[in-house]
Amino acid sequence: MPLSIEEVQHIAALARLELSEAELARYRGQLSAILDHVAKLQELDTADIPPTASVIEGQSPLRDDIVLPSLETGRLLENSKHTGQDQFKIPPVFE
Amino acid sequence: MTEAIKTKYETVIGLEVHAEMKTDSKMFCGCAVVDSTSAPPNTTVCPVCSGMPGTLPVVNRKAVEFGMKVALALGCTINQTSIFARKNYFYPDMPKGYQISQYELPLAEHGQIVINTPRGEETIRVTRVHLEEDAGKLTHIENNGVSHSLVDLNRAGVPLLEIVSEPDIRSVEGARAYGEALRQIVRYLDVNSGDMEKGVIRFEANISIRPTGSEEFGTRVEVKNLNSFRTMERAIEFETERQARVLQAGGSIDQETLGWNEANSSTYSMRSKEDAHDYRYFPEPDLPPLVVDQAWIDVVRASLPELPRARYLRFKEEYQLTDYAASVLTADRATADYFEAVLEHVPTSVSPKIVSNWVTGELFALINQAGTGIEVIKVQPEALAGLVRSVAEGQINPNTGKTVLGEMFTSGRGAEEIVAARGLKQVSDTDFIARIVKDALDENPEEVALYQAGKESVANWLFGQVMRKAKGKANPQVVRAELEKQLTKL
Repeated sequence: MPLSIEEVQHIAALARLELSEAELARYRGQLSAILDHVAKLQELDTADIPPTASVIEGQSPLRDDIVLPSLETGRLLENSKHTGQDQFKIPPVFE
Repeated sequence: MTEAIKTKYETVIGLEVHAEMKTDSKMFCGCAVVDSTSAPPNTTVCPVCSGMPGTLPVVNRKAVEFGMKVALALGCTINQTSIFARKNYFYPDMPKGYQISQYELPLAEHGQIVINTPRGEETIRVTRVHLEEDAGKLTHIENNGVSHSLVDLNRAGVPLLEIVSEPDIRSVEGARAYGEALRQIVRYLDVNSGDMEKGVIRFEANISIRPTGSEEFGTRVEVKNLNSFRTMERAIEFETERQARVLQAGGSIDQETLGWNEANSSTYSMRSKEDAHDYRYFPEPDLPPLVVDQAWIDVVRASLPELPRARYLRFKEEYQLTDYAASVLTADRATADYFEAVLEHVPTSVSPKIVSNWVTGELFALINQAGTGIEVIKVQPEALAGLVRSVAEGQINPNTGKTVLGEMFTSGRGAEEIVAARGLKQVSDTDFIARIVKDALDENPEEVALYQAGKESVANWLFGQVMRKAKGKANPQVVRAELEKQLTKL
């Protein structure tokens, strides 16, 4: 079943993407095709197969609680054009 | 709101508590965990916690251990395999564009906390306990009408434990008691400082109301960013009243996310957070499942100290203390340990109640006055035990005892040393006391006459005169007996 244009707009908004009419139509087709493929996979009986949470083998390695050097503040901030008071400067956020 | 409307509805509350874990380094990288309210900004940030491309998270073993401690203390079942998940949302305090959290399979589930409320003892079920990472800190700046925000990432990536309750809480008092019990537990476990002002524990409340007696839940709202017990209480009170007013007027409650406005003590709708509810969780591809084996769980369980509620109940039972004394003495581990250390050093003839009175009375007063904590004071438990013993054995009287404790508190010297140096030893010598009682009676013939005329309260005044003559050192019991003897003989 194809996605509605509204659903594509919602997904785009969540991803902070602004899409033109043409793009909305194109991605609607692409996303719908992906979902159709997943819907096809859903037809398989997987009742006896544990869900795959990770494709990495084994379990999560753990590290000891040891402090390592951080970046020097200047080096960190040089990744942004807008800085002030040793912080990243951004448009106002109220909440 | 009238009482009638208040009793018509019942408040239903579920709490989500976020507690930072007191590890040395962050959840997924080696950056130091610092006090984010005072450290210079952006000094403990690296490519991992600032969300640079190509970096990989590695789980901090200690954070897992701390999380398990809390979960086991709450009676939860630990999931030997739990899954990290990405919670996707865009907000400038989260540089990766997602928070690594746990969703479908959390670290632990199904615990409980027992609390005391005005309704009696209540059991609040804990749904789940999971590990995640904290966000950075935003500061809003307004300058000549131009505004912007500043981002400090020191806190980004600090281990955070989220503890979610079932909607089992029914009152403001219950919510506070639950929050305080949880704070007490994480402090006992030494995994969080409990310092609310530094934001190391934060609350979110899910609040709904329903007609009293109803079994169905009403529509709930979620109030975010509650950073103190007081704020949480006020938000719950406000929402209970607001929702009752809406329902009374025939309206309905919208399910929404609210913020708390401290300035005008009210909640407000956080519309921008509504979309964010669509977090599009999926298993974190950078982290394989977190596995904790039974042996590790057993080691952590064995390391748990006696927990606050167990200790509180034991203090009441074993030491015959009142509710109040048992609860203040077990409020934190250091105080409870101190009290029990004093008990170990007093003779069995001294009851725990007497020791409790000294600790919760005089000692607490001195500590509060000095604005310090019991773990750093100069009066060691052995020294307080020495003082309590001196009073119990009659070497000094209780009033002198208080003076001596004050001096022990400032100088750190022992009771006996102070008593000897200042000649405060109590005098029980009956000949000496008989002599000063006689002097006092001789010097105050008018009062004696009043007493003889039937005004018995004068005896207390005369007692005071005698004690003054003895500079407070006379044994009060001996003085009373002698005074009574001489007055009846007159």
